[in-house]
Order: sequence, then C-alpha cells, then structure tokens
Amino acid sequence: MEKVLLKNFGKEGAHTIDSYLSGGGYEALKKVLGMEPEDIIQMVKDSGLRGRGGAGFPTGLKWSFIPKDAPEKYLCCNADEGEPGTFKDRGIMEYDPHLLIEGIAIASYAIGAQKAYIYIRGEFVFAARRLQEAIMEAYEKGFLGENILGTGFSLDVYVHRGFGAYICGEETALLESIEGYRGQPRKKPPFPALSGLYGKPTVINNVETLSCLPAIVNKGAEWFASIGPEKSPGPKIFGVSGHVKKPGLYELPMGTPLREIIYEHAGGIRDNRKLKAVIPGGVSAPLLTEEELDTPMDFDSLAKIGSMLGSGGVIVMDETTCMVKAAYIIMRFFSHESCGKCTPCREGTTWLKKIVQRIEYGKGRQGDVELLESLCGNIFGRTFCPLGDGAVMALRGVLKKFKEEFQYHIEHKRCMV
Amino acid sequence: MDEKTRKEIEEKIVPKYRTRRSACMATMQLVQSQKGHLTKEDMEEIAALLGMQPVEVEAVGKFYTMYNVERPVGRYHIQVCENLSCSLMGGEHILKHIERLLGIKTGETTSDKKFTLSTVQCLGSCGTAPVIQINDDYYENLNEKKVEEILGKLR
Ligand SMILES: Cc1cc2nc3c(=O)[nH]c(=O)nc-3n(C[C@H](O)[C@H](O)[C@H](O)COP(=O)(O)O)c2cc1C
Ligand code: SF4
Ligand code: FES
Repeated sequence: MEKVLLKNFGKEGAHTIDSYLSGGGYEALKKVLGMEPEDIIQMVKDSGLRGRGGAGFPTGLKWSFIPKDAPEKYLCCNADEGEPGTFKDRGIMEYDPHLLIEGIAIASYAIGAQKAYIYIRGEFVFAARRLQEAIMEAYEKGFLGENILGTGFSLDVYVHRGFGAYICGEETALLESIEGYRGQPRKKPPFPALSGLYGKPTVINNVETLSCLPAIVNKGAEWFASIGPEKSPGPKIFGVSGHVKKPGLYELPMGTPLREIIYEHAGGIRDNRKLKAVIPGGVSAPLLTEEELDTPMDFDSLAKIGSMLGSGGVIVMDETTCMVKAAYIIMRFFSHESCGKCTPCREGTTWLKKIVQRIEYGKGRQGDVELLESLCGNIFGRTFCPLGDGAVMALRGVLKKFKEEFQYHIEHKRCMV
Repeated sequence: MDEKTRKEIEEKIVPKYRTRRSACMATMQLVQSQKGHLTKEDMEEIAALLGMQPVEVEAVGKFYTMYNVERPVGRYHIQVCENLSCSLMGGEHILKHIERLLGIKTGETTSDKKFTLSTVQCLGSCGTAPVIQINDDYYENLNEKKVEEILGKLR
C-alpha cells in the first residue's frame, strides 16, 4: 500500500512548505475550495473515514451535524496524544505538519469554521514549534488567513498547548481547557456539534483523521474506501512498542491482522521469546493473548472480541512480563489522571491502584481479587466520562486472562515469572 | 512581569481567543518559562491582567501537572516516563541510575539547585522507550551509558 500518512516520516527537511508543495501539497485544498461544502461532506462520508482518536465515529456524519447557518463555528484538532502506547500524531506533526494543516483547512471549509485550534499536549514542545512554523509558512503562501487563494474563504489556525492532563484528550475537557478552565469533561448533550467551543458549533477531530483528508480529496473516496474492511476502511498508523525487535510506527491498511503487525512489520518478539499479552490500542484497550493474534486490527473486529482499536497503539509484552506489575502501572496511570469530577472514578481508581499496588508489593490479602472485581462493578457505567470505564475495562481484561498470576502473587508474595 | 512580557501577552496570546480568560494557560506557560515556576504573586498578576480571580488562575495551575505552582525546580528538570512501554524497556533502571548519579531521590532537587528529578506519565514516545524529558527536550532509546553522557554534559 502506498503510504499517505507517513510518507515523509524520518525524512530531513520534509516539514518545510517547499518540500510539501513539491510533492503536490495544497492541491487538495485548491480543489476543495472550488466545491460545495455539502459535496465535501458527502465525499468524506463516502470514503468511510472513521475517527482515529479512539472512538471510530464516522467523520462525515459528525460534520453533517454542524448547523449550516450558524455564523460562528470552530474546528478543534485533537493533538493531545496521551493514551499510553500512542505516538502516531507526533510522527505526523514533526515530519509532515503541512499534511495536518491542509487537512484542517479542508475540514474547516467543509463545516464553515473560520477559526481552528490545534490542541497539542504540553510536552510536545518540538512538534508545537514545528506546527507554528508551518502555520506561518502557510499564511505567507496564502493557504491560511484572509480570503484564501482569492476564494473569499478565511481561516485562522492557532496552536493551543495543553500542560499535562490526559483527560484533556476527551473532547469536552479539551474545550474547557481552551476556554481557560480546568480540563474537566462537560455534560453531554448538548454535543459539541451544537454547543462546543464558546458555546458555538464545533467539530473535534484527531490529527490522524484530519491528515487523511488531503489523500481522500486527491485520490478519491473510492480509493480510500477500497483499503481494508468495508466498514472501517483506510490507511491506519499502528504504533508498536514494548518487547518487539523493531518498535515504531507502521502505516498499514486498516484490518491488518495483529500477528502480521507484530511478527512481520515489528520484527517479532525480542530475543525470540514467547508473546504473553498484547494491548491493541493504548492501555484503555483490554489486552489480548496468542489465540487472538489473527484478529484484524479494525474498530469492529476488536470490539467483537471485547477489546478496542482505540488509538492503534500496540504494546507487546513477552513471557518475562509480570502481569500484576503491568496492571499496577496502568492503574497508577488512571488514578493519576482521573480529573476528580465524579466520585466513582476519583475514589474508584484510587482504590484499584492501592489494591493492585499492595498485591504487587507482596502485601496482597486473600480476597483481594474478588475485591477488585466488585470495585470494578461499582465503577463501570457510573462514571461521568469514559476514563473511569477505561480503567475498569483494562483491569478486567488482565484479571480475566491472568487471574492465577494475581493469586500467585498474593500467596507467594512474588511474581510468577 | 515586565513590560515586554505584558506586550507579548496582549499582542501574541490574547488576540488568538474570543475571551481573555482563554489566554490564561498560555500566559502562565510564558511566565513559567521565564523563571521555572509560578508564585502566588505571579498568579495574582495574571488574574488581574486577564480579568480573572486569583483562585481561578491557581485552580488552573494546580490542575495541569506541568505548572510548577509554588514549587521551584532545578535548572534542569528531569522527568522519567514511568508508564508501561517505558517500564517494559527498562525505565525503572534508568530512574534508579539517575537517582544514583545525582545522589537524590525521585521528587528531590540537588543541593546546588541544578537538577530536579520526577517521574511522569506516558510522554507519547513509546516506540523509542525508555524516554526521559529534560526541560523541553526528549531523550529516547536510553540506556545507562547514554544517561551518563547526557548528565555529564549538563553538569
Ligand atoms: C479519557 C479520554 C482521552 C482521550 N484522549 C484522546 C487523545 O489524546 N487524542 C484524541 O484524538 N482523542 C482522544 N480521545 C477521544 C476524543 O474524545 C474524541 O473522540 C476524538 O478526538 C474525536 O476525533 P476523531 O473523531 O477524529 O477520532 C479521548 C477520549 C477520552 C474519553
Ligand atoms: S470519569 Fe474520571 S476523568 Fe471522567 S469525569 Fe469522572 S473523574 Fe473525571
Ligand atoms: S510509555 Fe513512556 S513514552 Fe509512552
């Protein structure tokens, strides 16, 4: 498959506008500016593009919820990239910032937004600088700003830096953060499409989602739809980390089997050890084991087996990994990142962490596994946003497949591996 | 806050947004970048400038972990990723090694105020684990020897 998202990854100098233009950059924007916005939305619907931020919501459909006649609308690009195991958006922003900016301009024109914000996590200082420079270049060449290419369409793009809060990747918390508040999720409805940033209609899309748009415009919706499974098509970036020989980013057709990603592209398990478990889409996604490796990596196939594609961040663990410790690290993450707005998550994730921690530290008590399970039941479905459920899903996944390791830890006060 | 900073806030940050309040995160980032942390006085000044209550600015400062609210850090703030991919690739050894090299524990600052050592959640660089961040820069694919070289240069 011809790469469209990572074609410039690792190439020195590819981030400049001259380099981007020499590869046909901003042609898609030119084309789109001569089209009716409805036709662009239809094209994106026809492409089958689904959001790459985690939830897989159809992008064209999301755009169609934006009221056409609203005078003030916004586009927010979600570049918070905080889900552990995920490092794809950074790859695009550092090596191909204009791909994202062109995608932002296309989406903004389609929904009629005149301002767009890129919400980038605070730690990505280098990527933020790259984006800022690229935005300046795009203004200079007339691809952003007033009356773009003489078409009457105007767009300003701004970079807004987060400053250390995973929850700001949740779309309504992201909006709160841009408005200058603590990043705590808002009640839905109203959905951002009707009342988003400053109470105005707003679309929030992930970096990778928006970066697919230039190729959809240039190569056509049918081209995009022909890649991978019918119901979740397109190219997808998989970020592979952990115990593999060649960790890194791989752009492959959506639906590529997990086994192929790990053993062909990422070179297999280091030191030729055995695979123990793999998290398919960032730590919120329940882990899988050897028997499930032939699962196609797409939204529906993973949902069917009780996990999720999430961000496509694949974390591979070999046979030397202690699953209690892995669970502890994940619970520590969730309790650290709980925003504190609702009690089941704030208190619940703290307790989950404490109990897994004492098992990990050799201080587990008989009945702790059952206690964890009942706590999970008290949290799941009762939290204000999906973060709390994510913590439960991740822990339930480990407990379901590696319960005996927890029991062993409790009885022998040490790891099974 | 000096005149130049005020000017930068009014000309570069505030116009990006529909409300002055929206400028508070970037303003706090700017002030922190000049001195390493934020004091109560800084936050009062920012509040007055942006038409907010000081407690509102403080609430923002305490919510986002990268703001060093009333918490001075050393000239080099070393943050070691403690999340899963880094841990699988030896992140804890890196942390212990840095503790040994600097003679401090996680959360502490060296007595010469040069280094502060912290742990941090996933830095979004898991494919090049283990990873640390020192001030604005990432250092990836680390091992003990590389850490020694990096710290050696900063000493
Ligand atoms: C706790 C939490 C964290 C999230 N983090 C991110 C993130 O870092 N990046 C992202 O694009 N989406 C993230 N999302 C999903 C967003 O809420 C939203 O669905 C997405 O940005 C929509 O864009 P898309 O349709 O293009 O995927 C997160 C969701 C939750 C609940
Ligand atoms: S589930 Fe957790 S992160 Fe989400 S609102 Fe409640 S406390 Fe905040
Ligand atoms: S786990 Fe360390 S950078 Fe992601």
